Amino acid sequence: MSEAPVSIAPDVFWIGALDPQLRVFDVILRTANGTTYNAYCVRGETGVAVIDTVKAEYADTFFERLEQVARYDEITVIVLNHLEPDHTGALPELMRRAPRARLYISVKAQTMLKGLLKSEDLAYTPVDTGDTVNLGGRTLTFLNTPFLHWPDTQCTYLNEEALLFSGDVFGCHFCDGRLFNDRVGDFRFSFEYYYQHIMRPFREHVRAGLDLIEPLRLDLIAPAHGPILRDAPRSYVQRYRQLAAPLLHNEASDRAKTLVIFYISSYGNTARMAQAVRDGAEEIDGVRASLYDLQGGEVTPFVDLIEEADGIVFGSPTINGDAVKPIWDLLSSLAVVSVKDKLGAAFGSYGWTGEAVSMLEDRLRGLKLRVPVTGVRVKLIPTEEELDQCRLFGRQLGKHLTGRNARRVIDMSELFKEPHHAQG
Amino acid sequence: MPKANVTFEDIGVTVTVPAGTRLIEISEKVGAGITYGCREGECATCMMKIVSGMENMSERSVLEDKVLQENMASRKHRLACQAQVLGGEVVVRPG
Repeated sequence: MSEAPVSIAPDVFWIGALDPQLRVFDVILRTANGTTYNAYCVRGETGVAVIDTVKAEYADTFFERLEQVARYDEITVIVLNHLEPDHTGALPELMRRAPRARLYISVKAQTMLKGLLKSEDLAYTPVDTGDTVNLGGRTLTFLNTPFLHWPDTQCTYLNEEALLFSGDVFGCHFCDGRLFNDRVGDFRFSFEYYYQHIMRPFREHVRAGLDLIEPLRLDLIAPAHGPILRDAPRSYVQRYRQLAAPLLHNEASDRAKTLVIFYISSYGNTARMAQAVRDGAEEIDGVRASLYDLQGGEVTPFVDLIEEADGIVFGSPTINGDAVKPIWDLLSSLAVVSVKDKLGAAFGSYGWTGEAVSMLEDRLRGLKLRVPVTGVRVKLIPTEEELDQCRLFGRQLGKHLTGRNARRVIDMSELFKEPHHAQG
Repeated sequence: MPKANVTFEDIGVTVTVPAGTRLIEISEKVGAGITYGCREGECATCMMKIVSGMENMSERSVLEDKVLQENMASRKHRLACQAQVLGGEVVVRPG
């Protein structure tokens, strides 16, 4: 493959790099055939813009391609759609070679830029949705699209060509030097996989970003990774809209709040508690509570359930001073969905020490769930009174879910008592 | 010891605390919706709104002021991991 730039529209060039050997991206993502780091150059009558750069190891290739379409003293604009190092690796050297260029970044990217370049003394222009920069006969318009997939992300639209430089949005890890979606191999799996691992945790932000993108005329979408989408570009936008929708129609009333209760039980004690928690929650109007034995399922569908739920409850025995592994496995698999602000809670039976409940509560708080009701712990076999405590716990969770919890005044010292230990 | 009352508006709970308490010490324990990232005044995840009682809060430190400005916070916003309650009545909510 020669190091030639590729024209993607009149006076618009791909100047990125191919990385066919990459197999694991950012620890979390696998790719069976590498990736591309897409950077672009837009020539106007009075200025030249460079949109994004490449991973540091590929800087030489990037500069070689750039030099074939522009002189450094012509470059007036550098746009960074997203500051992750795979797109900004060549930035310091580009700034050194193109001293006339001004940086255009999102408002949120400012602190990241300072961290990246390790300097507080930087000249840049923070931009927001609707802000523009003129290159002489060509206009770049910015769209602020936070959390797709970092807080700093933005898209940049070249008005005259109806061309969206979309950053990581609509991208994928797929390396094929033929570049265009109608010429490369079948990358549909990679497109979906990328969405599921990179964009899915931010689906509310995906919807907000699509609200900005959908009204645009779109002749071409040029993402930061993977094929350039020139054949039916809008179909990829539509696919994102589908992927960002709930997985299944919710049969319960729109107003019903869903509470999913996962439990695991050695001798049936935690299972009986789980049943009582469910019964209690169901007593509250507007709550749809569901019970799942973790031993009867696999992680992936449970993650799907959690994504759609308003509240999540975990019941675990304490074994050797810890909650049990299937629960930790599930809790460590939630990075692909958003759980922030959901209601969380824990309960469980124990034989000797009973740490599992408070450990789970701490983990739920760490995942940014609200944990307003202290969990119930029962020593070994729950009595009827202790099952009443579980039902009360369920009702309290239901009230919190439906916003009917009683207003109360407490002293701070009450917050630091041991988890509630139901007495028989 | 002087006391203060902090009301977490989103869950309807008022907590009586010793003067000088930081919001981070109680908001999670009580189950309020304020969430945390770095917990040391850098990431702004825990930005919250002071609905009333700002006069009962500690002054912004240089660090907190810088982070709030960088995140375009209004004058009603504070970082829950940094701001202390000094007395009287304070009402807060996430966001």
